[in-house]
Amino acid sequence: MADDPNPTEASAPALVVNNVSHSFGDNAALKDVSLEIPRGRFVVLLGLNGAGKSTLFALITRLYDNVTGEIRIFGHNIRRRAMAALQRLGVVFQSRTLDLDLSLKQNLLYHCALHGIHGSEARRRTERALQIVGLADRAKEKVRNLSGGQSRRVEIARSLLHQPSLLLLDEPTVGLDIGSRESVVNIVRSLVEKEGLSVLWATHLFDEVRPTDLVVVLHKGRVLFTGTVPEMLAKTETKTVSDAFRKLTGSATEELAA
Amino acid sequence: MTAMSSTIQHGSAATTSISEQAWGAEPPRLGLRAYFTCFKGIVWREVLRYLHQRERFMSALVRPLIWLFIFAAGFRQTLGVSIIPPYETYVLYEVYVVPGLLGMILLFNAMQSSLSMVYDRETGAMRTLLVSPFPRSFLLVSKLIGGVAVAAIQAYVFLAIFYFWEGELTGWGYPLLLAAPAGIFALHIFNSATEMFSERFMQRALMVAGAFEIGAIIAVIYYWNLGPPSMNYIAVAPALVVAGLMLGSLALFMSSVIKQLENFAGVMNFVIFPMFFASSALYPLWRVKESSMLLYELCQLNPFTHAVEVIRFALYGQVDWPSLGIVLACTAVFLGAAIYAYNPSKGLIARRGGPGAGA
Repeated sequence: MADDPNPTEASAPALVVNNVSHSFGDNAALKDVSLEIPRGRFVVLLGLNGAGKSTLFALITRLYDNVTGEIRIFGHNIRRRAMAALQRLGVVFQSRTLDLDLSLKQNLLYHCALHGIHGSEARRRTERALQIVGLADRAKEKVRNLSGGQSRRVEIARSLLHQPSLLLLDEPTVGLDIGSRESVVNIVRSLVEKEGLSVLWATHLFDEVRPTDLVVVLHKGRVLFTGTVPEMLAKTETKTVSDAFRKLTGSATEELAA
Repeated sequence: MTAMSSTIQHGSAATTSISEQAWGAEPPRLGLRAYFTCFKGIVWREVLRYLHQRERFMSALVRPLIWLFIFAAGFRQTLGVSIIPPYETYVLYEVYVVPGLLGMILLFNAMQSSLSMVYDRETGAMRTLLVSPFPRSFLLVSKLIGGVAVAAIQAYVFLAIFYFWEGELTGWGYPLLLAAPAGIFALHIFNSATEMFSERFMQRALMVAGAFEIGAIIAVIYYWNLGPPSMNYIAVAPALVVAGLMLGSLALFMSSVIKQLENFAGVMNFVIFPMFFASSALYPLWRVKESSMLLYELCQLNPFTHAVEVIRFALYGQVDWPSLGIVLACTAVFLGAAIYAYNPSKGLIARRGGPGAGA
């Protein structure tokens, strides 16, 4: 930790994104983005399609390196201490990442191996993770036979195997029916309540925001707002999150046009 | 257990502990054992995936067999192969072409796995691999070795078939050996059309056929008194690994740079065919030299030629040092390039596409 003098791990926030910009050629996807996830909080990253949510996720998960600014996970800079940072991070990507031809168990055991967990410990964790998402009785089935909601839950189970302290979910409820959406949301929220997990939940669905959540509004690569839900409503003088979002992004668009 | 999982369906998990270790505890240090676990996991996944894709399994085997039984049989009279090292006597064309066909198996597999990596990157499976805490170069090399393991399985099945072909069995020898695979193949075709049998039934059938096949092999070897294979099937193993690594790292590099690799036809035309035909796989180079000096030079520059020669010499328990050197050097270059391409800050992956790579 000698190369990491800033916030020590004991007190550092779960995730710090500091002045991060990123562009693809001339196309700026993120402009000077800063945000913070305090420990044990459920943070909703609100943004429309193309707002830069997936780019931000790609940077945090090191698909690309952040060229400007810095990203820290529990105080560990993801460029300089990638191993320590990634060990604390669990990710549910937007696209499906399970092997359809393999069983649930085989998929999860593979993920255990990717984190260096082996043998009976890996089997035990696989079983418990499947219990948490309510699919323990289907461990031997092929993923191909699962519904969209069920395979989403398996992906969550997979992201939990190495007991990450920070969980990133990129639009985890897209394409799910109401029942599945609810169960996915509940699983993650109960982990925040019971285990003090920190969560960054990217979505464009306003009804997934609860009054106690922290909200980050991302629009066209810029962070327009960070704070609690009441603060957001007060700032925009609106009654619902969707109105507040529209007002924030609407005025931002006007500013850009002006 | 069932009661528990049904309550959990609604999100009120009775337990949320994954292991004895508490949530938020300091993650364990990843030692050598963890590296080995990760390596084994990646290789095993490649093998599992391969075994589950029955069509891929079949086509991978059928391709070299067509070359051996149809092309080589037809070509036998056209092309005389004189005595060149490592051969000590005149050899049949079918014998000459074996190392080339092994190279072909490695080449097709490498390209296929590179395609699957492009596909993986788009579905996100590559991204789950890359968020593993282990160093990226280690992950990529493990993935590569997984691909080589799959290719080696195919190579050895091919060699086994060649062994029995050379044995010139009479009577019911070949029907006995072919009964189980043919039965499974027919059942598979029938079932994919009618879906009459369950997945489970198919798995059982496969196991029964496998057991029958092992019995048939033992019976045939015993009854026809087959000796050891005419080539060195053990010495060829390291040669397959070295050649496989070279082709795999070339493919890995290509998968990270070339966007157009997404369809197999393109790869066939621009990579596989030129590499395969402009090499010593199908004809000895002195023959090529007689007809075209330019083509001869091209063949010499083709790393695939040297991969085939390494395999050819290894099949006779010899080492072709110059070719081995070239293959190892090419492996180092291609692998370095691939690791560079996947490096998140310097790599080419960062310059292409947007988050479209994953979403």
